[in-house]
Amino acid sequence: MEHAAHAASHLGPLATQAASYLWLIPFFPLVGAVINATMGARLQRRFGKNLVHVIGVGAMALSFTTACVAFLTLLGLDGEHRFLQDTLWNVFNAGKLSVDLGFALDPLSMMMTLIITFIGMLIHVFSIGYMADEPSYWRFFAYLNLFVFSMLLLVMGDNFVLMFFGWEGVGLCSYLLIAFWYTDSQKAAAGMKAFITNRFGDFGFILGLFLLFWALGGAWQTAPDGKLTYVEDAQAANAHGEQRALLDADHRGKAWDHSEGSHVSVGPTLNFRELRDQIVITSTGVAAKLKSQKMFGFGLLAVVGILFFVGAMGKSAQLPLHVWLPDAMAGPTPVSALIHAATMVTAGVYMVARLNFVFALAPAAMGWVAFIGAATALFAASIGFFQYDIKKVLAYSTVSQLGFMFIGVGVGAYWAGAYHLLTHAFFKATLFLGSGSVILGCHHEQDMRKMGGLGKLMPVTKWTYLIACWAIAGFPWASGFYSKDELLWKAFTQEGMAFPLLGFTPHLGQLIYLMGIIAATGTSFYMFRSYYMTFTGEYRGHAHHDDGHGHDEGHGHGHTPHESPLSITFVLVALATGAVLAAVLGLPTAWTGSAPLLEHWLEPSLPAVVKFAEYSHSTEFLFQFIGVSAGVIGWVFARALYKDNQSKVPAQLLERWKRAWTVVYNKYYVDELYQATVLRGAVALARLFSFIDKHLVDGLVNLVGAITRVFAELDGAIDRYLVDGLVNLVANSTLSAGAILRRIQTGRIQTYLYGALVGAIAIVFLNFLLK
Amino acid sequence: MPHLTLNHFLVVSALLFGFGILAVVTRRNAVAVLMGIELILNAANLNLVAFGRYVAGGITGQVFTLFVIVLAAAEAAVGLAIILTIYQMARNIDTSRATTLKE
Repeated sequence: MEHAAHAASHLGPLATQAASYLWLIPFFPLVGAVINATMGARLQRRFGKNLVHVIGVGAMALSFTTACVAFLTLLGLDGEHRFLQDTLWNVFNAGKLSVDLGFALDPLSMMMTLIITFIGMLIHVFSIGYMADEPSYWRFFAYLNLFVFSMLLLVMGDNFVLMFFGWEGVGLCSYLLIAFWYTDSQKAAAGMKAFITNRFGDFGFILGLFLLFWALGGAWQTAPDGKLTYVEDAQAANAHGEQRALLDADHRGKAWDHSEGSHVSVGPTLNFRELRDQIVITSTGVAAKLKSQKMFGFGLLAVVGILFFVGAMGKSAQLPLHVWLPDAMAGPTPVSALIHAATMVTAGVYMVARLNFVFALAPAAMGWVAFIGAATALFAASIGFFQYDIKKVLAYSTVSQLGFMFIGVGVGAYWAGAYHLLTHAFFKATLFLGSGSVILGCHHEQDMRKMGGLGKLMPVTKWTYLIACWAIAGFPWASGFYSKDELLWKAFTQEGMAFPLLGFTPHLGQLIYLMGIIAATGTSFYMFRSYYMTFTGEYRGHAHHDDGHGHDEGHGHGHTPHESPLSITFVLVALATGAVLAAVLGLPTAWTGSAPLLEHWLEPSLPAVVKFAEYSHSTEFLFQFIGVSAGVIGWVFARALYKDNQSKVPAQLLERWKRAWTVVYNKYYVDELYQATVLRGAVALARLFSFIDKHLVDGLVNLVGAITRVFAELDGAIDRYLVDGLVNLVANSTLSAGAILRRIQTGRIQTYLYGALVGAIAIVFLNFLLK
Repeated sequence: MPHLTLNHFLVVSALLFGFGILAVVTRRNAVAVLMGIELILNAANLNLVAFGRYVAGGITGQVFTLFVIVLAAAEAAVGLAIILTIYQMARNIDTSRATTLKE
């Protein structure tokens, strides 16, 4: 940590390197999505499903290759300069707001991009086998590609607007994919639930964004000594010069001598790099100003951080907005693996890590993040104990693991949070795809009570699932141990935690550690429980087969489960390998003597300075031992209770603690609580509005209508009698004049000649008379 | 023998003109109307020659008259052709009944 603090004091503006191909990374999936969405149905009919998945997987492969090129480019640069920038064009300007369509890759977003494209590609491959029987195959691949596009926009966008666009885009794709089988009303409802719950979070996110933008605004003035000062009286500053001042190298004084020629723009911005530069470089005064700013007596930054975290709560399913994620399991299993485990749900963690320099200035927001994370980890783990649906277990496990990630980013161990994100992406994708393989093998059976004994029938699935279980439970031969241990250790050593309203809270870090270690024990228990229930003992599928799952017979499959095709097992093996090998990235300092690879890699992206207490290595080893024993305890209990379905203890315990079990099994009635409060409140509000609408608004509208009608009738009468009368009068007089005059027109030439003669004689006479 | 003056010519010309007008206005036979028109033209011719002789001198009046005679011949041809067409359409040449242009 000393190293990080040392680096932070020398931080200058980020140097960027142009890389004009970055736009290709999200572009390929977009093209794939567009092709499959517009022509997929026709292609599938004419050329078969092969072409559809070749397009889908091909787009992902191209995208992954481009991402690898970018990764190699980044590796070729030295640490401080690892920042690729590709600005395509300016989208709009409005006042001080300027938004570019620009992509940026720094180590953090590079990590995310690699996870998204690599795991995304594998899951696309998995889907080939898993969705083979699906009639609207093309639709699935179009949605998946669109999702990857949105997700890449979220992580690669160099400003908040693109991030928010991606943020909403992944929400949309999540909705589309959860409700993929939309003819089933329950699944469609699950999609809507996810979408609406996310709206609550997004509201917080966008409020935080506005608030931060507003807080950065104001008047800045260049003092003679080169420092920028914030001026309370904006009008006075306007008299002195522009509001958005530029700090030049020669204005900057002594603190700037290592970064000559560069400048930092100060003021409201949505660009991450500009935001980072002005906050991280302390001599701009922005950080100090933001810190001192208050809103309604609360620290402004704490409010901003908490609002941002509300956004993360929605997207990353943290308490109390976690309810949508378990229901989201209604979607196809590859979707659960890609969106609801590996990528989208980690967007909140990514966002907090991305804004580490903002959060680091607001300890209360950090404490809030960490505490909610710990509470969610514990809460969701306990629900996971008693679920029978294999995907529900994994869903609560995901919620719980996301809680761990938030502990990491909340206590300031940003790299540990990001590392847990990485390892979780691997092992949870393995678990979900393993469960998908099991579900496919058991002919769309998800209830673990009807599985059992699958280990002999599906060896590859069994082994990969077991490896992933080791990883998530925290055994030191797989990656999960290293990330979980690191972030819990950081939570324990974080002694400067604060909490909203309470201010500095001693031992909050230790409390969070305790909650985390209990949750970790629970994690190990429920994961091995699912493993033993699924893969050991005797297959229990036959006995229960006639209980309403009649559609299975229609498929004409045999009843015995079978191993999945190669496209599925290959992906499982690849991901399980990743779940083990990811350990290399995070071998702790206490073992190797140098900073973990990933920490070193992410350092330029995480300039926030957070202080941790220093403990000896022996203490750290002790805590690592506690971490491993937590996993072992969970495993021992799960093995004793569930291995081979022999033990009668679970049933006895269930009888004994029936009431407590019911509460937990029903997920603590959170859904019912929402039903009673939010939903009924919303319905009551709707009724109230409907009443007001019906009686007040409708009355007003009808009154206005009646008045208008009276006026209209009056106006009509005037029209009918006055205006029409005049018009008719003119017409009638013209008609009668015509009728009279037409008599003269006899057509007889002699009559006219008479006229002419009379006229001539009259002129002659007049001539005489007038003379 | 009394001396022939301009006035004598003018009186004869006026009488001719009057008879012509009378014929054109009163006669219902289209051919008679045409004959009335000839009378009017010849009254004008007489005037032209008389004025040429007594007032202007030279032969201008007589040349003019020649033109009028040629014109009158052409006019008579056209007029007779119209009358013939009317006769073919209506089986008579009563001008009071030729009122198709009225409508």
